[in-house]
Amino acid sequence: MNGKNLEISRGIDWVLVWLYGLIAVVGIMSIFAATYHNEDVVSGFLSMKTDYSRQTLFLLIGIVLATFILLTDSKFFTATANLLYFFGIILLLLVFPFHTRVKGTESIIRFGNFQLQPAELCKIFVNLALAKYLSQVDTDFKKLRSQLIAAGLVLLPAILSIMQSETGLALVYFSFFLVMYREGLPSIVLVVGFSLAALVIATLLLDPNLLAILLTAIAIITILLLRRQLKRKKEILVLIISIWAICVGIQRFAVPFFFSKVLKPYQVQRIYATVGRDFPVDPTTMSEEDIRKIEDKKRATSYNVKQSKIAIGSGGFSGKGLLKGTQTRYDFVPEQRTDFIFCTIGEGFGFLGSALLLLLYLGLLFRIIWVAERQRSTFSRCYAYGVASVIFFHVFINMGMTVGLVPVIGIPLPLMSYGGTALLTFTILLFILIRLDADRQMVLR
Amino acid sequence: MFNQSRQTVIQFIVLSAVIILLVRLFILQVLSPQYKIQAMDNAVARTTIYPDRGIIFDRNDKPVLENTVTHDLMIMPTQLKGVDTLGLCRILGIDTLAFRDRLVSSILKNGRYRPSVFEASLPVEKFVKLQESIYRFEPGFFLQDRPIRSYPYKVAAHLLGYIGEVDSSILKRTNFYYQMGDYAGLTGLERFYEPILMGQRGVKYQLKDNKNRLVGSYENGKFDTAATAGRSLRTYLDVGIQQLAEKFMANKLGAVVAIEPKTGGIIAMASGPTYDPNLLTGSERKRNFSWLLTDTARPLYNRAIKGQYPPGSTVKPSQALIGLDEGVITPASGIGCNGAYYGCNRAIKCTEHWSGHAASLRLAIAWSCNSFFSNTYRLAVDNPKYSNVREGYAAWRHYMNSFGLGVRLGVDLPSEDKGNVSDTSFYNKLYKGSWNSCTNVSLGIGQGEITATPLQMANLMCIIANKGYYYVPHFVKSIDGKSTIDTALNAYKLRHEVTHISDTMYQVVQMGMQDVVEKGTAKPAYVAGINIAGKTGTAENYGIINGKREKLQDHSWFVCFAPREDPKIAIAVVVENAGFGATWAGPIASLLVEKYLRDTLSAERLKEVDRIASKEIILPVVKQKRMRLDSLRRIRLALEMGDSSVLQNAPPPAPERPKLDINVQKDRYGNPVIVPMPEPEPDSQNRKVKDTTLKSAARLPNDERKKS
Repeated sequence: MNGKNLEISRGIDWVLVWLYGLIAVVGIMSIFAATYHNEDVVSGFLSMKTDYSRQTLFLLIGIVLATFILLTDSKFFTATANLLYFFGIILLLLVFPFHTRVKGTESIIRFGNFQLQPAELCKIFVNLALAKYLSQVDTDFKKLRSQLIAAGLVLLPAILSIMQSETGLALVYFSFFLVMYREGLPSIVLVVGFSLAALVIATLLLDPNLLAILLTAIAIITILLLRRQLKRKKEILVLIISIWAICVGIQRFAVPFFFSKVLKPYQVQRIYATVGRDFPVDPTTMSEEDIRKIEDKKRATSYNVKQSKIAIGSGGFSGKGLLKGTQTRYDFVPEQRTDFIFCTIGEGFGFLGSALLLLLYLGLLFRIIWVAERQRSTFSRCYAYGVASVIFFHVFINMGMTVGLVPVIGIPLPLMSYGGTALLTFTILLFILIRLDADRQMVLR
Repeated sequence: MFNQSRQTVIQFIVLSAVIILLVRLFILQVLSPQYKIQAMDNAVARTTIYPDRGIIFDRNDKPVLENTVTHDLMIMPTQLKGVDTLGLCRILGIDTLAFRDRLVSSILKNGRYRPSVFEASLPVEKFVKLQESIYRFEPGFFLQDRPIRSYPYKVAAHLLGYIGEVDSSILKRTNFYYQMGDYAGLTGLERFYEPILMGQRGVKYQLKDNKNRLVGSYENGKFDTAATAGRSLRTYLDVGIQQLAEKFMANKLGAVVAIEPKTGGIIAMASGPTYDPNLLTGSERKRNFSWLLTDTARPLYNRAIKGQYPPGSTVKPSQALIGLDEGVITPASGIGCNGAYYGCNRAIKCTEHWSGHAASLRLAIAWSCNSFFSNTYRLAVDNPKYSNVREGYAAWRHYMNSFGLGVRLGVDLPSEDKGNVSDTSFYNKLYKGSWNSCTNVSLGIGQGEITATPLQMANLMCIIANKGYYYVPHFVKSIDGKSTIDTALNAYKLRHEVTHISDTMYQVVQMGMQDVVEKGTAKPAYVAGINIAGKTGTAENYGIINGKREKLQDHSWFVCFAPREDPKIAIAVVVENAGFGATWAGPIASLLVEKYLRDTLSAERLKEVDRIASKEIILPVVKQKRMRLDSLRRIRLALEMGDSSVLQNAPPPAPERPKLDINVQKDRYGNPVIVPMPEPEPDSQNRKVKDTTLKSAARLPNDERKKS
């Protein structure tokens, strides 16, 4: 162990560490800017009563944790990946009987002062397990069976998260499909995935009948264009017709069914709010309470996004300066220390600051991908892509939400949003990668 | 290990997502200035700071009008939790139902997050109680000061005017300089000098949080502007004279105007009936205003500049001047009059019968001989130097206009009326082109198609006193802190030379007017030791009562200036339907002259003041209407207060009426009203009082003339 201690810094990718530290410090500064109320700064940081002091503490804990991870043998992660996954699933299941009710979520277990959100933590375990599975010698990812198993690994915690009213966290798990894509998942899956998303959005935007007519028109035009080939290959016709049928089916039946039976009204409302349409309230099928809830939520959601856009938009090109943001300092933006922390940057430092932060994240992501590609072991590479995918999804969805591009999905901005679990989760995710990368010459299975 | 291109695809996806976000950020932050504005709206409260309005002083630097403070109880609907509403209701004397009503209406008006007025202008007892216990109701309720006007001498309501909330027409007219809820001068001097009196408003920018709570100044007050207090006005007004004049007119219909001839400065201007201007400030403002507005006697109406009366014999001095200047009479001219003028195939009666009362110009003026001035008028109009009667009449009318009759003088009050001196085309039309000097001979004695405002008659006195010039009558002598940009007073510095009439002619007329008081028709106006030059007027007028045109009791006129040798004051007094000029108007004018020139009145004269002041002169028909209206109002008030017994039983005890006058409030409360119903004021404030029974007789062409 002593020998290893000396070598702890050997092979570590310091660029990643620096990027990590930089973003985390910017995060604490933003939380400071958002929650500082003219108290003494030093005692504010020491008191542990302010949000920024707690976030600092979490960062310190994260650094300790990171040190421990760097001291751990890389083989530990491959060896325990499956075990950890089961541990994570059990934690997720434990939430159902033991969860505490906090702000509309059912995903948090509380021990005294300490709150744990297994759905958040589980990302690490899923990432490890997925990497483990994909790197096994007997896994042939070209086979459908393997692909289904991989998808199952990822979707199980997603489903559990949805059942805990954490749609946002559940969606994060879909980002692992990028890893699978890297490992050979047919492009068609991503294409179909994107097309499906496009179809759903079109369903929300367009009148159902109009969309059906459009789909039919596209099908007919395709048939007309391909009529020569059709004569030779009847299957294409069948394919086109079945695609058409599936599309219309999704549009006319699947989406409405999904919206009315699977999703909660407030989630549907958020999705509608994102595409800029009002949720069609149907008094005949909905209870009065539901309608009231939807109306409340509608107001709250549009208020959040509106205030967030005002805060960011008012920052202008170069921003108002630290602690000068009127919108973020006087609580106009709800949830601004957590999900809407980006507003502080947007208002205080304007387009320059926002772009700089975005470039920091871009650098982090590209560095991770670069690191991933230099791994000799599949496990490390898959794991690295997993980290990149999760961070990418978080950053894009979170920032997109604050500027009104994507629905208000409550997921944090990696390393910046206030919250211990999220910060520690990303710390662990990243430092396991750094640990694995330090041993990149080793082939891990 | 395989498929390097997939790495590129993933990098491409990441990169394009970042680019999308960057573009979006660029659009939001650099290309959308509206977010900056919205952020300002969100977080910066713009508070207008209202400066103190300027004060109006009289000629002795006594404030005719001052600023005081009234207290409003404000409500902040979001912060009502835990407030002892029952306790508050007890102090305010309202029930919880009324409380909820007010709460709801204030939320509807200003929203939950903004304070609204819960009770305006708290009466003193309530304010004292609340001040002691307001801590119990904070922060849901708080007290706020609001500056209002107060009138220490309780006079000059008509000329000072009042301030009130701006309406949409003012907003538009001022290009939205004002905001909804601002106060501005609506009538009188308050309106005319509004830009000077209001001062410069300041603006204070303060940061507020998401609950609309103020959290500090914005950018350390970099953008704040300070309020500049309104500038005060120094006027020619004499509060003592004004008080006396209003005392006379309180229970009469009519007007008094007193002007300093050498400057055109108005010493006093009273319109009867008057009211205490303090009625239109404070908590009872609304009720008092509607009460005054619907009063049959129209106390809100400023008869001094808007009452258009037939001037009667008070025009005779000016006729003499026209005759002299045209050369158709000389100071020695005289005619024999036996009580009527027969020159036009009908008798124009004269009050004097004894021969020799029109033996010379002086005598004719002193005894107000109708025959003499009918004749003079005809001579002037038929003057052979004009080719026909139309030209002669046009020349006559030109004289009258240059005397300030039939034209707007331009006093510094809004909505002055110009009276009437008809032009030739009017007669051409009315008589289809065939008329002569006999047709409108009555103009020579101030009857017929001629009306004048008391202000015009007082100005005419100034012209005669000054022997041919005048300054446009005005109130304001100077503006405090006057700067060169102020043009408001420039118009009043202009000396208007009236005609080329020579001083000797004025001298003759002045002597005649002195005779009027010393030995002629206006002996009751004589004051030992003061040479008053005056002229009585007893103006016939007609009203339509119950659908019939009836001759009403004559208006009593008196115009004068004094001392004759060095005129310091010129006065016009008209008392509606009061009979002979010498009976009421004359003594009123003489008392005012004496008070102004000597500053005090002897005990004997004070008795005379009381005698005149206590005399109520209001047409019976007006009184009746006023009484009927008042009892209706009493019943309505009682019903509003939930007392239905009035319908079955005797009328309930009269509610406290606004105190209009110290001496005669009972009578006044009976109901005052006016006879010549002048044209409705263009002033939006004064809705037309529906009163079809009385109409201005002055506007109707004389019956006699129609026959001829």
